[in-house]
Amino acid sequence: MTVDINHYLVLSAVLFAIGFFGVLLRKNTLVIYMCLELMLVAATVALVAFSRYNNTMDGNVFVFFILTVAAAEVAVGLAIIVALFRRRQTIQVEELNSLKN
Amino acid sequence: MADLFFYAFATFTVVCAAAVVGLKNTVSAALALLLCLVGVAGIFILLDAFLLAALMVFVYAGAVVALFLFIIMLLDAQGGERKPFKKSAYVSGGLSAALLMLMVVSAYKHGGQTTGELAGTVTPVGATLKNYGEQLFTTYLLPVQIVGFLLLIAMLGVIVLSKKFEGLEDIK
Repeated sequence: MTVDINHYLVLSAVLFAIGFFGVLLRKNTLVIYMCLELMLVAATVALVAFSRYNNTMDGNVFVFFILTVAAAEVAVGLAIIVALFRRRQTIQVEELNSLKN
Repeated sequence: MADLFFYAFATFTVVCAAAVVGLKNTVSAALALLLCLVGVAGIFILLDAFLLAALMVFVYAGAVVALFLFIIMLLDAQGGERKPFKKSAYVSGGLSAALLMLMVVSAYKHGGQTTGELAGTVTPVGATLKNYGEQLFTTYLLPVQIVGFLLLIAMLGVIVLSKKFEGLEDIK
């Protein structure tokens, strides 16, 4: 059985589901952020696979932009986490509940 | 042979992704993310996207994971004594992840024609640097400009976020 696009899409779906599971389950903001990156990477795998099997460049170029945006996003997100830590001395999500009541 | 490589890289990637979620130590999770991204770079090579594979290793594995590790060390947030999860969190998280995966898989299993039949018959379009350059500076010229502007804004935002404002401390 040769590997075709469906295999790549299943891999992408599995990676996305693992990342989603991590975002729901984990309590550490940094790990949640890593799982978000995982979901982004899963989407890029699907894009590159579609691009390859449809014989176009567009998906590849789109992944190019995703990489750029992800780099900017990580910088801003980590700066927010550091600012949060400076203010509250914690990055555990269950302790960040000042909007609760 | 390519099949063998695909299964090897896919298994490696999924195991490392599971380790990102499962490992207690945050540093270990970051290193598992690094390995996972290397596996994804291997998948990209199998898909004839060599430039993206190299960029994946440089940008993600090099810069992003290093930044993560730096912040983990800076905040001393390795999180050894993590509180145990509630059972309900496990069940609901696993259930929703499984449903999400089912949705994605069924979307292309029943979503009309797929391009899966074309496998092996399609010759890859040349994903060379020259093609990238042509695409980026003709068809995608405006997005390139916008992304450059976005990077500038992100840089300014990070500077503002990390700056200490003396007069604003009483806002708390």
